[in-house]
Amino acid sequence: MARVIVVTSGKGGVGKTTTSASISTGLALRGYKTAVIDFDVGLRNLDLIMGCERRVVYDLINVVNGEANLHQALIKDKHCENLFILPASQTRDKDALTEEGVEKVLKELGHMGFDYVICDSPAGIERGAVMALTFADEAIVVSNPEVSSVRDSDRILGILQSKSRRAMEGREPVKEHLLVTRYSPKRVEDGEMLSYKDVQELLRVPLIGVIPESDDVLQASNQGTPAIHLKDSDVATAYQDVIARFLDEDRPLRFVTYEKPGLLKRLFGGK
Amino acid sequence: MSLLSYFFGSKQKTASVAKERLSLIIAHERGTNRAPDFLPELQRELIAVISKYVNVGPDDIKVQLEKQDNCEILEVNITLPEQPQR
Repeated sequence: MARVIVVTSGKGGVGKTTTSASISTGLALRGYKTAVIDFDVGLRNLDLIMGCERRVVYDLINVVNGEANLHQALIKDKHCENLFILPASQTRDKDALTEEGVEKVLKELGHMGFDYVICDSPAGIERGAVMALTFADEAIVVSNPEVSSVRDSDRILGILQSKSRRAMEGREPVKEHLLVTRYSPKRVEDGEMLSYKDVQELLRVPLIGVIPESDDVLQASNQGTPAIHLKDSDVATAYQDVIARFLDEDRPLRFVTYEKPGLLKRLFGGK
Repeated sequence: MSLLSYFFGSKQKTASVAKERLSLIIAHERGTNRAPDFLPELQRELIAVISKYVNVGPDDIKVQLEKQDNCEILEVNITLPEQPQR
Protein backbone atom coordinates (compact mmCIF):
# COMPACT_ATOMS: atom_id res chain seq x y z
CA MET A 1 0.00 0.00 0.00
CA ALA A 2 1.28 3.44 -0.88
CA ARG A 3 1.66 5.94 1.95
CA VAL A 4 -1.07 8.57 1.55
CA ILE A 5 -0.26 12.17 2.46
CA VAL A 6 -2.90 14.88 2.38
CA VAL A 7 -1.91 18.51 1.92
CA THR A 8 -4.70 20.51 3.49
CA SER A 9 -5.45 23.85 5.15
CA GLY A 10 -9.10 24.78 5.29
CA LYS A 11 -8.45 28.26 3.97
CA GLY A 12 -7.76 28.90 0.29
CA GLY A 13 -4.74 30.60 -1.18
CA VAL A 14 -2.30 29.62 1.54
CA GLY A 15 -0.10 27.45 -0.69
CA LYS A 16 -1.60 23.96 -0.74
CA THR A 17 -1.09 23.35 -4.43
CA THR A 18 2.37 24.94 -4.42
CA THR A 19 3.23 22.67 -1.51
CA SER A 20 1.71 19.55 -3.09
CA ALA A 21 3.71 20.18 -6.26
CA SER A 22 6.97 20.71 -4.41
CA ILE A 23 6.52 17.87 -1.91
CA SER A 24 5.64 15.35 -4.60
CA THR A 25 8.54 16.52 -6.76
CA GLY A 26 10.90 16.41 -3.80
CA LEU A 27 9.93 12.83 -2.91
CA ALA A 28 10.25 11.76 -6.55
CA LEU A 29 13.69 13.38 -6.76
CA ARG A 30 14.68 11.27 -3.76
CA GLY A 31 13.82 8.18 -5.78
CA TYR A 32 10.33 7.40 -4.48
CA LYS A 33 7.65 6.55 -6.98
CA THR A 34 5.11 9.28 -6.29
CA ALA A 35 1.66 10.23 -7.53
CA VAL A 36 0.00 13.57 -6.84
CA ILE A 37 -3.79 13.80 -7.08
CA ASP A 38 -5.78 17.01 -7.49
CA PHE A 39 -8.95 16.69 -5.38
CA ASP A 40 -10.30 20.08 -6.36
CA VAL A 41 -13.11 18.73 -8.49
CA GLY A 42 -14.55 21.55 -10.54
CA LEU A 43 -11.52 23.80 -10.30
CA ARG A 44 -8.44 22.21 -11.76
CA ASN A 45 -5.18 23.87 -10.71
CA LEU A 46 -2.46 21.38 -10.00
CA ASP A 47 -1.88 20.62 -13.70
CA LEU A 48 -1.00 24.29 -14.31
CA ILE A 49 1.39 24.43 -11.37
CA MET A 50 3.02 21.20 -12.55
CA GLY A 51 3.11 22.45 -16.13
CA CYS A 52 1.21 19.55 -17.67
CA GLU A 53 -2.10 21.27 -18.46
CA ARG A 54 -1.89 20.54 -22.18
CA ARG A 55 -1.43 16.84 -21.65
CA VAL A 56 -4.59 16.25 -19.63
CA VAL A 57 -6.86 13.72 -21.31
CA TYR A 58 -8.57 11.85 -18.48
CA ASP A 59 -9.02 12.85 -14.87
CA LEU A 60 -9.73 11.51 -11.38
CA ILE A 61 -13.49 11.30 -11.92
CA ASN A 62 -13.03 9.40 -15.20
CA VAL A 63 -11.02 6.82 -13.27
CA VAL A 64 -13.51 6.70 -10.40
CA ASN A 65 -16.34 6.13 -12.90
CA GLY A 66 -14.39 3.50 -14.82
CA GLU A 67 -14.32 5.57 -18.02
CA ALA A 68 -10.54 5.39 -18.10
CA ASN A 69 -7.96 3.33 -16.28
CA LEU A 70 -5.18 4.75 -14.17
CA HIS A 71 -2.51 4.06 -16.80
CA GLN A 72 -4.42 6.26 -19.21
CA ALA A 73 -5.15 9.03 -16.74
CA LEU A 74 -1.79 9.40 -14.98
CA ILE A 75 0.41 12.07 -16.57
CA LYS A 76 4.12 11.53 -16.36
CA ASP A 77 5.96 14.58 -15.04
CA LYS A 78 8.29 16.29 -17.49
CA HIS A 79 11.10 16.79 -14.98
CA CYS A 80 11.03 13.68 -12.81
CA GLU A 81 11.23 10.07 -13.85
CA ASN A 82 9.01 8.64 -11.11
CA LEU A 83 6.43 11.35 -10.64
CA PHE A 84 2.88 11.14 -11.97
CA ILE A 85 -0.02 13.56 -11.86
CA LEU A 86 -3.71 12.71 -11.66
CA PRO A 87 -5.66 15.87 -12.53
CA ALA A 88 -9.04 16.94 -11.20
CA SER A 89 -12.15 17.00 -13.30
CA GLN A 90 -13.32 20.46 -14.41
CA THR A 91 -16.83 19.72 -15.42
CA ARG A 92 -18.52 17.24 -13.11
CA ASP A 93 -20.15 18.11 -9.84
CA LYS A 94 -18.48 17.43 -6.51
CA ASP A 95 -20.77 14.53 -5.68
CA ALA A 96 -19.05 12.52 -8.39
CA LEU A 97 -16.27 11.86 -5.91
CA THR A 98 -17.22 8.85 -3.80
CA GLU A 99 -15.41 7.28 -0.90
CA GLU A 100 -15.41 3.89 -2.61
CA GLY A 101 -14.08 5.44 -5.80
CA VAL A 102 -11.21 7.19 -4.04
CA GLU A 103 -10.36 4.06 -2.08
CA LYS A 104 -10.25 2.05 -5.30
CA VAL A 105 -7.89 4.54 -6.95
CA LEU A 106 -5.56 4.61 -3.93
CA LYS A 107 -5.47 0.81 -3.71
CA GLU A 108 -4.68 0.52 -7.39
CA LEU A 109 -1.85 3.05 -7.07
CA GLY A 110 -0.48 0.85 -4.31
CA HIS A 111 -0.61 -2.19 -6.61
CA MET A 112 1.21 -0.19 -9.28
CA GLY A 113 4.13 0.15 -6.91
CA PHE A 114 3.74 3.75 -5.83
CA ASP A 115 5.54 4.62 -2.60
CA TYR A 116 3.71 7.88 -1.92
CA VAL A 117 0.41 9.40 -2.96
CA ILE A 118 0.03 13.13 -2.31
CA CYS A 119 -3.58 14.33 -2.10
CA ASP A 120 -3.90 18.03 -2.92
CA SER A 121 -7.00 19.07 -1.00
CA PRO A 122 -9.36 21.81 -2.14
CA ALA A 123 -10.06 24.70 0.22
CA GLY A 124 -13.01 24.53 2.56
CA ILE A 125 -14.39 21.70 4.66
CA GLU A 126 -16.81 20.33 2.08
CA ARG A 127 -16.89 16.96 0.38
CA GLY A 128 -13.73 17.38 -1.72
CA ALA A 129 -11.64 18.35 1.29
CA VAL A 130 -13.05 15.49 3.37
CA MET A 131 -12.44 12.98 0.54
CA ALA A 132 -8.83 14.16 0.23
CA LEU A 133 -8.13 13.47 3.90
CA THR A 134 -10.27 10.37 4.44
CA PHE A 135 -7.56 7.84 3.58
CA ALA A 136 -4.57 9.85 4.77
CA ASP A 137 -1.74 8.28 6.73
CA GLU A 138 -0.06 11.63 7.20
CA ALA A 139 -1.25 15.21 6.86
CA ILE A 140 0.65 18.35 6.01
CA VAL A 141 -1.41 21.24 7.32
CA VAL A 142 -0.43 24.41 5.50
CA SER A 143 -0.96 27.61 7.43
CA ASN A 144 -0.08 31.26 6.88
CA PRO A 145 0.88 33.29 9.94
CA GLU A 146 -2.46 35.06 9.79
CA VAL A 147 -5.57 34.79 11.97
CA SER A 148 -8.13 33.31 9.58
CA SER A 149 -5.67 30.78 8.19
CA VAL A 150 -4.68 29.54 11.66
CA ARG A 151 -8.28 29.24 12.75
CA ASP A 152 -9.21 27.29 9.61
CA SER A 153 -6.22 25.01 10.09
CA ASP A 154 -7.51 24.19 13.54
CA ARG A 155 -10.90 23.30 12.08
CA ILE A 156 -9.33 21.00 9.51
CA LEU A 157 -7.25 19.35 12.25
CA GLY A 158 -10.51 18.62 14.06
CA ILE A 159 -11.92 17.03 10.92
CA LEU A 160 -8.76 14.96 10.45
CA GLN A 161 -9.12 13.71 14.00
CA SER A 162 -12.75 12.75 13.55
CA LYS A 163 -13.49 11.90 9.92
CA SER A 164 -10.35 10.21 8.61
CA ARG A 165 -10.49 6.42 8.26
CA ARG A 166 -7.75 6.08 10.83
CA ALA A 167 -9.85 8.03 13.34
CA MET A 168 -13.10 6.26 12.47
CA GLU A 169 -11.54 2.83 12.79
CA GLY A 170 -9.67 3.74 15.96
CA ARG A 171 -6.30 3.01 14.42
CA GLU A 172 -3.11 4.94 15.04
CA PRO A 173 -4.06 8.56 14.30
CA VAL A 174 -3.04 10.44 11.15
CA LYS A 175 0.48 11.78 11.60
CA GLU A 176 0.16 15.57 11.49
CA HIS A 177 2.76 18.06 10.30
CA LEU A 178 2.51 21.82 10.36
CA LEU A 179 3.96 23.80 7.45
CA VAL A 180 4.00 27.57 7.87
CA THR A 181 4.14 29.30 4.49
CA ARG A 182 4.46 32.90 3.26
CA TYR A 183 6.61 33.68 6.27
CA SER A 184 8.23 37.05 6.58
CA PRO A 185 10.92 37.14 9.29
CA LYS A 186 11.12 40.93 9.09
CA ARG A 187 7.44 41.41 9.79
CA VAL A 188 7.66 38.90 12.63
CA GLU A 189 10.54 40.85 14.11
CA ASP A 190 8.56 44.07 13.78
CA GLY A 191 5.69 42.48 15.65
CA GLU A 192 3.39 42.62 12.64
CA MET A 193 3.15 38.90 12.00
CA LEU A 194 2.60 35.80 14.11
CA SER A 195 5.83 33.88 14.53
CA TYR A 196 6.04 30.23 13.52
CA LYS A 197 6.34 29.45 17.21
CA ASP A 198 3.06 31.24 17.88
CA VAL A 199 1.32 29.28 15.13
CA GLN A 200 2.73 26.02 16.41
CA GLU A 201 1.76 26.83 19.98
CA LEU A 202 -1.79 27.61 18.89
CA LEU A 203 -2.24 24.53 16.71
CA ARG A 204 -0.12 22.11 18.78
CA VAL A 205 1.15 20.20 15.77
CA PRO A 206 4.84 19.34 15.15
CA LEU A 207 6.45 21.78 12.72
CA ILE A 208 7.88 20.31 9.51
CA GLY A 209 9.08 23.57 8.03
CA VAL A 210 8.75 27.25 7.34
CA ILE A 211 8.55 28.52 3.74
CA PRO A 212 9.52 32.17 3.37
CA GLU A 213 7.33 34.65 1.51
CA SER A 214 8.93 35.06 -1.89
CA ASP A 215 8.36 36.40 -5.38
CA ASP A 216 9.86 33.16 -6.65
CA VAL A 217 6.61 31.26 -6.04
CA LEU A 218 4.80 33.35 -8.66
CA GLN A 219 7.74 33.00 -11.03
CA ALA A 220 7.56 29.23 -10.62
CA SER A 221 3.82 29.02 -11.20
CA ASN A 222 4.10 31.31 -14.24
CA GLN A 223 6.35 28.74 -15.84
CA GLY A 224 4.57 25.65 -14.60
CA THR A 225 7.62 24.48 -12.68
CA PRO A 226 7.25 23.33 -9.06
CA ALA A 227 9.02 25.85 -6.81
CA ILE A 228 11.38 23.19 -5.45
CA HIS A 229 13.14 23.13 -8.86
CA LEU A 230 14.13 26.82 -8.75
CA LYS A 231 17.83 27.55 -8.66
CA ASP A 232 19.25 29.74 -5.89
CA SER A 233 15.86 30.21 -4.30
CA ASP A 234 15.15 30.21 -0.57
CA VAL A 235 11.75 28.68 -1.26
CA ALA A 236 13.30 25.74 -3.10
CA THR A 237 15.83 25.19 -0.32
CA ALA A 238 13.10 25.43 2.32
CA TYR A 239 11.03 22.78 0.51
CA GLN A 240 14.07 20.52 0.19
CA ASP A 241 14.50 20.84 3.95
CA VAL A 242 10.84 19.86 4.41
CA ILE A 243 11.43 16.71 2.37
CA ALA A 244 14.51 15.88 4.44
CA ARG A 245 12.59 16.29 7.71
CA PHE A 246 9.72 14.27 6.30
CA LEU A 247 12.21 11.45 5.69
CA ASP A 248 13.40 11.79 9.30
CA GLU A 249 16.62 13.60 8.51
CA ASP A 250 17.75 16.28 10.91
CA ARG A 251 17.62 19.79 9.41
CA PRO A 252 17.70 23.02 11.41
CA LEU A 253 15.17 25.68 10.43
CA ARG A 254 16.34 28.27 7.91
CA PHE A 255 14.98 31.61 6.72
CA VAL A 256 13.23 32.33 10.02
CA THR A 257 15.42 35.16 11.29
CA TYR A 258 15.70 38.59 9.79
CA GLU A 259 19.15 39.84 8.90
CA LYS A 260 19.43 43.58 8.74
CA PRO A 261 20.79 44.69 5.37
CA GLY A 262 24.37 45.93 5.56
CA LEU A 263 25.34 49.57 5.13
CA LEU A 264 26.40 49.13 1.49
CA LYS A 265 23.18 47.40 0.62
CA ARG A 266 21.17 50.14 2.27
CA LEU A 267 23.09 52.85 0.43
CA PHE A 268 23.04 51.29 -2.99
CA GLY A 269 19.86 49.25 -2.78
CA GLY A 270 19.69 46.01 -4.67
CA LYS A 271 18.11 42.74 -3.74
CA MET B 1 8.52 59.32 16.46
CA SER B 2 10.21 56.15 17.60
CA LEU B 3 11.91 58.12 20.32
CA LEU B 4 8.57 59.43 21.49
CA SER B 5 6.96 56.01 21.51
CA TYR B 6 10.01 54.74 23.35
CA PHE B 7 9.38 57.15 26.18
CA PHE B 8 5.62 57.08 26.24
CA GLY B 9 5.17 53.39 25.56
CA SER B 10 4.13 52.21 22.13
CA LYS B 11 0.88 50.59 21.15
CA GLN B 12 0.59 46.84 21.56
CA LYS B 13 2.03 45.04 18.54
CA THR B 14 -0.61 43.59 16.23
CA ALA B 15 0.97 40.12 16.17
CA SER B 16 0.42 39.70 19.90
CA VAL B 17 -3.15 40.91 19.53
CA ALA B 18 -3.60 38.24 16.83
CA LYS B 19 -2.19 35.56 19.08
CA GLU B 20 -4.40 36.53 21.97
CA ARG B 21 -7.55 36.56 19.84
CA LEU B 22 -6.66 33.25 18.22
CA SER B 23 -5.93 31.44 21.45
CA LEU B 24 -9.34 32.46 22.79
CA ILE B 25 -11.34 31.58 19.69
CA ILE B 26 -9.51 28.31 19.07
CA ALA B 27 -10.03 27.16 22.64
CA HIS B 28 -13.69 28.03 22.35
CA GLU B 29 -14.17 26.31 18.99
CA ARG B 30 -12.32 23.22 20.11
CA GLY B 31 -14.79 23.03 22.94
CA THR B 32 -17.87 23.30 20.74
CA ASN B 33 -16.77 21.56 17.55
CA ARG B 34 -15.02 18.63 19.08
CA ALA B 35 -17.34 18.07 22.00
CA PRO B 36 -18.29 14.44 22.49
CA ASP B 37 -21.83 13.47 21.57
CA PHE B 38 -22.96 12.79 25.12
CA LEU B 39 -22.70 16.40 26.29
CA PRO B 40 -26.19 17.61 25.26
CA GLU B 41 -27.73 14.44 26.71
CA LEU B 42 -25.78 14.90 29.93
CA GLN B 43 -26.95 18.49 30.13
CA ARG B 44 -30.60 17.47 29.68
CA GLU B 45 -30.41 14.81 32.36
CA LEU B 46 -28.63 17.09 34.80
CA ILE B 47 -31.34 19.67 34.36
CA ALA B 48 -33.99 17.03 34.99
CA VAL B 49 -32.32 15.84 38.20
CA ILE B 50 -31.44 19.22 39.63
CA SER B 51 -34.80 20.76 38.87
CA LYS B 52 -36.34 18.11 41.12
CA TYR B 53 -34.72 19.82 44.07
CA VAL B 54 -34.06 23.37 43.00
CA ASN B 55 -35.99 25.55 40.64
CA VAL B 56 -33.57 25.90 37.72
CA GLY B 57 -34.20 26.42 34.03
CA PRO B 58 -32.37 24.88 31.06
CA ASP B 59 -30.23 28.00 30.68
CA ASP B 60 -28.97 27.86 34.25
CA ILE B 61 -26.81 24.82 33.64
CA LYS B 62 -23.74 25.01 31.42
CA VAL B 63 -21.75 21.89 30.60
CA GLN B 64 -18.39 22.35 28.94
CA LEU B 65 -15.50 20.13 28.12
CA GLU B 66 -12.12 21.79 27.98
CA LYS B 67 -8.83 20.38 26.91
CA GLN B 68 -5.60 21.48 28.52
CA ASP B 69 -2.55 19.74 27.14
CA ASN B 70 -3.11 16.14 28.16
CA CYS B 71 -6.07 16.38 30.46
CA GLU B 72 -9.70 17.12 29.82
CA ILE B 73 -11.76 19.16 32.23
CA LEU B 74 -15.49 18.66 32.43
CA GLU B 75 -16.93 21.85 33.75
CA VAL B 76 -20.51 21.94 35.03
CA ASN B 77 -21.75 25.34 35.97
CA ILE B 78 -25.10 25.61 37.75
CA THR B 79 -26.57 28.99 38.54
CA LEU B 80 -28.98 28.71 41.45
CA PRO B 81 -31.87 31.12 41.63
CA GLU B 82 -31.51 33.88 44.18
CA GLN B 83 -33.00 33.11 47.57
CA PRO B 84 -35.92 35.34 48.37
CA GLN B 85 -35.02 37.73 51.20
CA ARG B 86 -36.60 36.76 54.49
